[in-house]
Amino acid sequence: MGYLSWVVPIPVIVPLFAAGLALALWKHGRLQGVISLVALSVSLVASVTLLVAADDGPLVLDVGGWATPVGIGLVADRLSTLMLSVSFAVTLCVLVYSLAQGLEDDDAETPVAIFHPTYLVLTAGVADAFLSGDLFNLFVGFEILLAASYVLITLGGTGERVRAGTIYVVVSLLSSLLFLTAIAMTYAATGTVNLAQLALRLGDLDPGVQLTLQVMLLLAFGIKAAIFPLSAWLPDSYPTAPAPVTAVFAGLLTKVGVYAIIRTQTLLFPDGRLDEVLMIAALATMLVGILGAVAQNDIKRLVSFTLVSHIGFMLFGIALSSEAGLGAAIFYVAHHITVQTALFLVVGLVERHGGTTSLDGLGALAKGAPLLAILFFVPAMNLAGIPPFSGFLGKVGLFEAGIADGGPLAYVLVAGGAVTSLLTLYALVKAWNKAFWQPAKTAEGDAAPTSGADAAPAGPTQDGTTQDGTTTAATAVLTRTPQRLPAAMVVSTTVLVSFGIGLAVVAGPLFGYTDRAAELLRDRTQYIVSVLPDGERGEGQSAEIAGTDGDSAVTEVEEP
Amino acid sequence: MREMSPSLVLVAVVVVLVAVGVYLLLERTLTRVLLGVIVLGNGINVLFLIAGGAAGGPPIVGRTEVEDMADPLPQAMVLTAIVITLGMTAFLLALAYRSWQLNEHDEVQDDLEDRRVARRAAQDRAAYEDADAESGEGLTALEEAAAETRDETDVDDDGSTDEQSVPHAAPAGPATSERGER
Repeated sequence: MGYLSWVVPIPVIVPLFAAGLALALWKHGRLQGVISLVALSVSLVASVTLLVAADDGPLVLDVGGWATPVGIGLVADRLSTLMLSVSFAVTLCVLVYSLAQGLEDDDAETPVAIFHPTYLVLTAGVADAFLSGDLFNLFVGFEILLAASYVLITLGGTGERVRAGTIYVVVSLLSSLLFLTAIAMTYAATGTVNLAQLALRLGDLDPGVQLTLQVMLLLAFGIKAAIFPLSAWLPDSYPTAPAPVTAVFAGLLTKVGVYAIIRTQTLLFPDGRLDEVLMIAALATMLVGILGAVAQNDIKRLVSFTLVSHIGFMLFGIALSSEAGLGAAIFYVAHHITVQTALFLVVGLVERHGGTTSLDGLGALAKGAPLLAILFFVPAMNLAGIPPFSGFLGKVGLFEAGIADGGPLAYVLVAGGAVTSLLTLYALVKAWNKAFWQPAKTAEGDAAPTSGADAAPAGPTQDGTTQDGTTTAATAVLTRTPQRLPAAMVVSTTVLVSFGIGLAVVAGPLFGYTDRAAELLRDRTQYIVSVLPDGERGEGQSAEIAGTDGDSAVTEVEEP
Repeated sequence: MREMSPSLVLVAVVVVLVAVGVYLLLERTLTRVLLGVIVLGNGINVLFLIAGGAAGGPPIVGRTEVEDMADPLPQAMVLTAIVITLGMTAFLLALAYRSWQLNEHDEVQDDLEDRRVARRAAQDRAAYEDADAESGEGLTALEEAAAETRDETDVDDDGSTDEQSVPHAAPAGPATSERGER
């Protein structure tokens, strides 16, 4: 084992300790910000170190010196370190954004004192879920991040947030209980919850029992990842939270679910018996999600629906269960985390500048805030998959893998993916046109393109009445002077948008890495051999108990 | 090894607890949902006990023979699950209380924007079907649609929902007149 395995727990431990420290310093807002920045930077550096190191083979840390499967191990392989690195880069950007917002507003609606500790706990939970080599520890990671997310989504406790938060909390609790049931059943059937050992033992079970466990796990993760029949909670609950919170939720939380699906489907159930079901779910997720987005009249909700829709692309890659498909799916996850977070941050800026996220109330922002128009346009095109961007490359990778698969369902999915991309383009361009290009919707007949927009930098305000003479809420919003956008908020958003573009620049090496990650996922032997002890790790009795078990077991690995 | 077939009583307990939990979870009142979560969680905790096999002696080396020991791992997991459920219960209670503070009830409400989108679709359909009809007809169709989507949030008189219902009127004005012109 590499000497670097001591780095493995840093992304979990550092944010957790920092969260405690930040909570203790609740009276010192600025100090909390510094703590969060330092903790996340350290974790990011550790994650990138792991990313480089894990390319040579999975790193395993036996927590407490107890070797797996007796102890609970943390495993950093190519997939998990890539997810970690992208996640921490994104969370750091969002942190800078929210710091700038907090310094600017200092309002009572977002109590900053609990924001930083909760945010750090959230990142620790995400990191724990990514690094876990144990099904129950994965559950604990999920619970850590969910508990933090419950607090963040109801931050401030306004009526609308309580309503949205209630739905989110209850649905998440249900999925957690499903996951817990699946763990209990898995343990009853196999006598272990260690992922590597499960990979060895599950194959010997009755196919019916295997299928039950697989379906239970898929249901639990499917709710978290917002796969179509289980996705209704997401567009309902995400848009009401504060912009940085929604951004980080959209970027990370659903992807943790996707990660868990990738991990369990490849490692535990490699024979792909549910691939066809997954493909149909992927198609439904893509189409239903994007049709929902087309119908929306509020940018935040529109973007939430595109989030649901594009989960379908990742699921498509997973369902192909070929190396090419998995590699493209992992690439797509990395791309989607950055681009979706960037979009939500920009929407936050739009809301701040224009005072609303309703497309009826926004207009002519391109004139007043040209930078904002570009910042929205670039990730929007990236998400839709317009050629120079990483979204295009990810989709090409998925389509190639789909065509290489050659099944009729795969072709249907490729077609569905293309339609979804076009509809994404339609929905986002519609939003961009309405919010940035056209003059704001005012009274009937005042459609002259520039008459209103010339007057004020924020947009037209003169005709703020409808035909029946009453001032509408939408136009009332428009008459307010736009809030100044703090430089740090714009800069952090720009950095994230550029990071999304940067993914396209480094797409070659990145695709190489994701393909190698997928190779490792398909060939389970390396993961299992790395995780199960070779007799040299661990102390006390665990080494001898586990050592014999592991040695005899590893030889049994067989590929389907 | 000890007997592994589960006790029927435990299975029955799990079935009853889970059934009651699911029933309560489907309620609209948050307090009942909370009770449902607790009952369901306890049902699953009992499921873990079944997963651990038959009962045995305390799993302490030197006190019980290895063959007679109860499996300690599921019990450790149940403890973790109990702690997590406790935290979630506290949070849900706080949420229910906050909801009661704000709305004087703790029923989970409908998403207003959802209904707005549905209402817009109803308007569009009316405009499409009655393209040549009087604008008055479109207006009744709109009112019907609005009446259909009514629920407890409209009845409330407190500030938060009033604030929500103001923007409803905004898109309706131009849209109806637009239909009249067509």
